[in-house]
Amino acid sequence: MTAKIKEFPGTSLNEQDFSDGKILYNFDKLNGAFSWDTGIGIGAYLASLKNGVILGSHCKTCRKIVVPPRIFCEWCFRPMDEFIPLQDTGIVNTYSLCYVTWDVQRIKDPEIPAVINIDGASPLHGIMHMLGEIDPQEVKIGMRVQAVWKPAHERQGSITDILYFKPAKEN
Amino acid sequence: MGMRKVAVVGAGMTKFVRRAQETPKELSWEAAHMALDSCEMTMDDIEAVCLGTAPDAFDGIHLNGEYLSDGAGAWRKPYMRSYVGGGTGVFVPIQGWYHIASGLFDVVMVVAEEKMSSFYPHAQAAFLTIFDHITERPLKPNLLWIFALEMNRYMTTYGISKADIAQVAVQHKRNAADHPCSLLGDADITVDDILNSEVLAWPVQRLDVSPVSDGAVAVILAAEHIAKRITDKPVWIEGVGWHLDTSYWTNRDLAYPRYVEYAARMAYDMAGIKEPRKEIHIAEPYDPFDYKALHHLEGLQLAERGKAPELYSDGTASRTGNMPICPSGGLLGVGNPIAAAGLMKIAELFWQLRGEAGLRQVPGQPRRGLAQAWGDLMQVGTVVIMGR
Repeated sequence: MTAKIKEFPGTSLNEQDFSDGKILYNFDKLNGAFSWDTGIGIGAYLASLKNGVILGSHCKTCRKIVVPPRIFCEWCFRPMDEFIPLQDTGIVNTYSLCYVTWDVQRIKDPEIPAVINIDGASPLHGIMHMLGEIDPQEVKIGMRVQAVWKPAHERQGSITDILYFKPAKEN
Repeated sequence: MGMRKVAVVGAGMTKFVRRAQETPKELSWEAAHMALDSCEMTMDDIEAVCLGTAPDAFDGIHLNGEYLSDGAGAWRKPYMRSYVGGGTGVFVPIQGWYHIASGLFDVVMVVAEEKMSSFYPHAQAAFLTIFDHITERPLKPNLLWIFALEMNRYMTTYGISKADIAQVAVQHKRNAADHPCSLLGDADITVDDILNSEVLAWPVQRLDVSPVSDGAVAVILAAEHIAKRITDKPVWIEGVGWHLDTSYWTNRDLAYPRYVEYAARMAYDMAGIKEPRKEIHIAEPYDPFDYKALHHLEGLQLAERGKAPELYSDGTASRTGNMPICPSGGLLGVGNPIAAAGLMKIAELFWQLRGEAGLRQVPGQPRRGLAQAWGDLMQVGTVVIMGR
């Protein structure tokens, strides 16, 4: 079929078409405001962060400790058995050196998002957070890290109560 | 299983462009109209319509399926829109397939459309809401993170280099140079061009990424008795599969897409395929990022874990190789209007298996091909196997 067709539909526009005023468009901004309830599982997680503890939950049927905690196990679809406090240390599962912010501004010093496997949770169970107090070129997958918390009186019960994770001393 | 045979009998597509003058409806109509023309059918022959399009946030239009319905030819017909993120483009033909395989309809039109350019200033921001609104979004993530994190884990687990991965972008963009609808086809691109492009979120660089695009694709599906009346060369849908992994993406093995494996096994079972590496002649794995093509080839059992780059370095994956991969040019080359990009892979297999792919034609009269897409928060796999 593509062999038989000479001309495909679809008209490509470029910047010139807009600056020449050849193309009409309607600009509008949608405004949405939301207030999300945190629920039981994540609510417990955030309350626990406020106290300087990373919380997981334990499914005895699947023998899994997951983080963030939830009240039901998506594997066996039963209720989780208990919330379990985990360590605030872990291992870098993977990371990126990101030179673009969320709104696509270029930055010189990269942000370092990472997935961190939390000590006390099942293998390969972690959370996404940031790394800090480290030279970006020194970051390695498999390195041990430790949470740096906001001072207790500034914590709000948010994932940002952990400022970032920094390299931890090997034991 | 008492399911009827279903064939693809027609296909149409628009060019994939950075910004199209046409509205989403107009693009849909262009592709649908061309698909009907290609098999000399009219809307009177179409009994039901399936539409695939990505989140309403792209268009800023609530209930986008309803907005697009007239352009997709849905008026006065049973109509349904499905959406599984990036996996939509290969899921929507599956939906069309079960409409017919079940015996409910004989002829169904499947349309996939995406117009990403309306989102201002850049469609990337429309993806931000895929991160968890309570535990992740306060960290101000951008979409690249998720790919950069997965890519780094994949590279480190298997000791794969950036240059190994760049071969994928090179080959797909070169293939796309022969596609009349492509946005980023480039016959002369080299591995160095990829490795020297701007670093966005290491290890992801500018040319590792497929472009934001506008476009639409449509295919016509028919039950066996109709298909044989319409064409001498129906292309049968021999197997379909889809599968979902946990949405807690940081609680999952990021180096291996198990959900793709399960989707593929479902499709291979249905198609009676025992040795996919011998029985699949053309593979169109989903390639929004170059490493994703490799990741998916491993999930599809078309390469050993960590060994997919060898398919590219030893020539197996090239258009004249033993198992050409993305002869269309894929998302990296043709473009990535999300849902339309997945359905483009189905259209490509249709043209390839009929021997109508022009300059892109894979030699040796290929008999069977596979298309795959992936999406949601990195955890849905959709697979279709087609044969003649």
